[in-house]
Amino acid sequence: MNKRIKRIIFGAALFAIAIILPEEPNLLKLGVFVAAYGVVGYKVIWKAVRGIINGQMLDENFLMSVASMGAFFVGEYHEAVAVMLFYQVGEAFEEYAVGKSRRSITQLMKIRPDSANLKTEDGLVEIRPSKIKVGDVIVIRPGEKVPLDGIVIEGSSALDTAALTGESLPREVSVGDEILSGCVNLNGLLEVKVTKRFGESTVNKILDLVENAANKKAATENFITRFAVVYTPIVVACALLLAIVPPIIIDGALWSDWIYRALNFLVVSCPCALVISVPLSFFGGIGGASRAGVLVKGSNYLEAMAKTEYVVMDKTGTLTEGVFRVEKIIACEGFREAELIEWAAKAEYYSNHPIALSLREEYGKNVEESQIGDVKEYAGEGLVADVMNHQVACGNVRLMKRITSYEGEFPALVGGTQVYIAVDGKYAGCIMLADRIKEDAVKAVAQLKAAGIKTVMLTGDSEEAGRKVADIMGIDKVHTGLLPQDKVVLVEELLAKKSPKGKLVFVGDGINDAPVLARADIGVAMGALGSDAAIEAADMVIMNDEPSKLCRMIQVSKKTMRIVYQNIIFALGVKIGVMVLSALGITGLWAAVFADVGVAVLAIINALRCLK
Amino acid sequence: MKKIYLLDGLCCANCAAKIERGIAAIEGVENASVSFLTTKLVIEGADDQMDRIVAEAEKIVKKVEPDVEMEEY
Repeated sequence: MNKRIKRIIFGAALFAIAIILPEEPNLLKLGVFVAAYGVVGYKVIWKAVRGIINGQMLDENFLMSVASMGAFFVGEYHEAVAVMLFYQVGEAFEEYAVGKSRRSITQLMKIRPDSANLKTEDGLVEIRPSKIKVGDVIVIRPGEKVPLDGIVIEGSSALDTAALTGESLPREVSVGDEILSGCVNLNGLLEVKVTKRFGESTVNKILDLVENAANKKAATENFITRFAVVYTPIVVACALLLAIVPPIIIDGALWSDWIYRALNFLVVSCPCALVISVPLSFFGGIGGASRAGVLVKGSNYLEAMAKTEYVVMDKTGTLTEGVFRVEKIIACEGFREAELIEWAAKAEYYSNHPIALSLREEYGKNVEESQIGDVKEYAGEGLVADVMNHQVACGNVRLMKRITSYEGEFPALVGGTQVYIAVDGKYAGCIMLADRIKEDAVKAVAQLKAAGIKTVMLTGDSEEAGRKVADIMGIDKVHTGLLPQDKVVLVEELLAKKSPKGKLVFVGDGINDAPVLARADIGVAMGALGSDAAIEAADMVIMNDEPSKLCRMIQVSKKTMRIVYQNIIFALGVKIGVMVLSALGITGLWAAVFADVGVAVLAIINALRCLK
Repeated sequence: MKKIYLLDGLCCANCAAKIERGIAAIEGVENASVSFLTTKLVIEGADDQMDRIVAEAEKIVKKVEPDVEMEEY
């Protein structure tokens, strides 16, 4: 039990005794009242005194002290003590509610690992994760958190990734798999070779993000802060007028009566309920989102998300799995199919484009780095690489037409994508690949449309491939054959077209889309777990690959904004109401204290709903 | 230059707002923010003036909330 509660109980007991005591002797009864008041309120008075010394005249403590002492001097002993008691109970509640919300935030931070078991020649040593170097080997026992990113070199286990992705299904890992810090090792013993320093590892990045999210404030939040600046002087001026003007104007009006009303008026006016509950609601929303596997970089983005009008999506990697499989190879005369794959895999050796990955996977053999010379990339066309002293070009029709003199048909796969290959300026053939649509993406688009949001798909792929995907998913509009800079132009056009209040969300894989992510009102990077570039560029990060998290985020943001507005309206409504009533002398100090701490507590409780 | 402090004992949201406003008004401060929930104070300011800024910030914190301790994070 904390000191405040002990004081409240002791004070309440004295208060009860004072009430029971007989009227005579008067001095004894008064003495016990004063004692009760002192026990309950001495800290408030002490703070008020210090406030005056520091030039902070009009804080809550000062107002409460003056108002309750005023009640004492006009002979309202009961009221003076009771109100101070009530105020302290309210403060205790407020402290509890704030503590609870702080704890639920630290709960989110619980993924921070405290120690790592470093494997040394003398056995295991437990040290702080920040002391571990890249290349060190650590051991993770069942039930422990993965402290740093790394690669499993021995053992197998299931990992709980819920803290990172919101995914409840455990992920199986074994030798050779990459594991991310922040996961919890469920059953097996793992030996892991560390690949990233603690500062660079996933868990630390996520924590940084969530902790710093509070620094990017939403417009509503800034409004409340600015509001408090003008609000306080206005209220003080009103209170002064209330205390001075009526006794002068109205015949028979008592100074003490109006001063008392003015004090009540000031007690009501404390903007604490707003100043606490609005940021708390946003923080709750951000916390709730990260529990669902979405990281939000600031409450301003949460606020904007609630007004989503357009969702613009990149196709590859966002709506589709981004994993291409080779469907068919058409080789020209003089080339074998296996040869084409080999040329392509080698030429694309340095590329991290999903298609390059699939080509290398299809090739299946290790590529000798020494075989590859200069590589030149041509945006929107492909690349030309020097492979074993041959010039190999991999790309689309545009590149082929520019480099080769081939005039025949270029074969194409409907709904797929193709890589054309030329060797030493001679067209060699075509590798056809197809990508699968994510099951979840279809659901996501349907939900977005149901919410009245316009959907647009952008892709660098051909007309047929793009349109086929868009039709299957029911996307409103599709733009195909785009170069990276075209995407920016299109997004800018849409930004100009949307209604002034509506917001444009762009969802991409975050690696190739950085300029568009930055240009959109809200840039969302998808499936970006572990990808640094995406976390840098985006405003929100969907940790697992599911596009439907977008709809979930829109729901979270709408709920958060609803709670924010409820709190603003409720707090201001009650306060203005009680201010008017106290000015008219209808309500007393009781209602004033309720409108101060009571409203704050209720608003905090309401704000905590955002976390769920 | 960016410095982060924990405001230990910060228990009044309005005071947090007052501290934020006060520190933002210090000469040389580019950005100041106080998060009531994480009780973190972030000050951004010119490198060569940081010592003075921090000293002044500490005074403001003490003035608004005498019970709050400002600790480097």
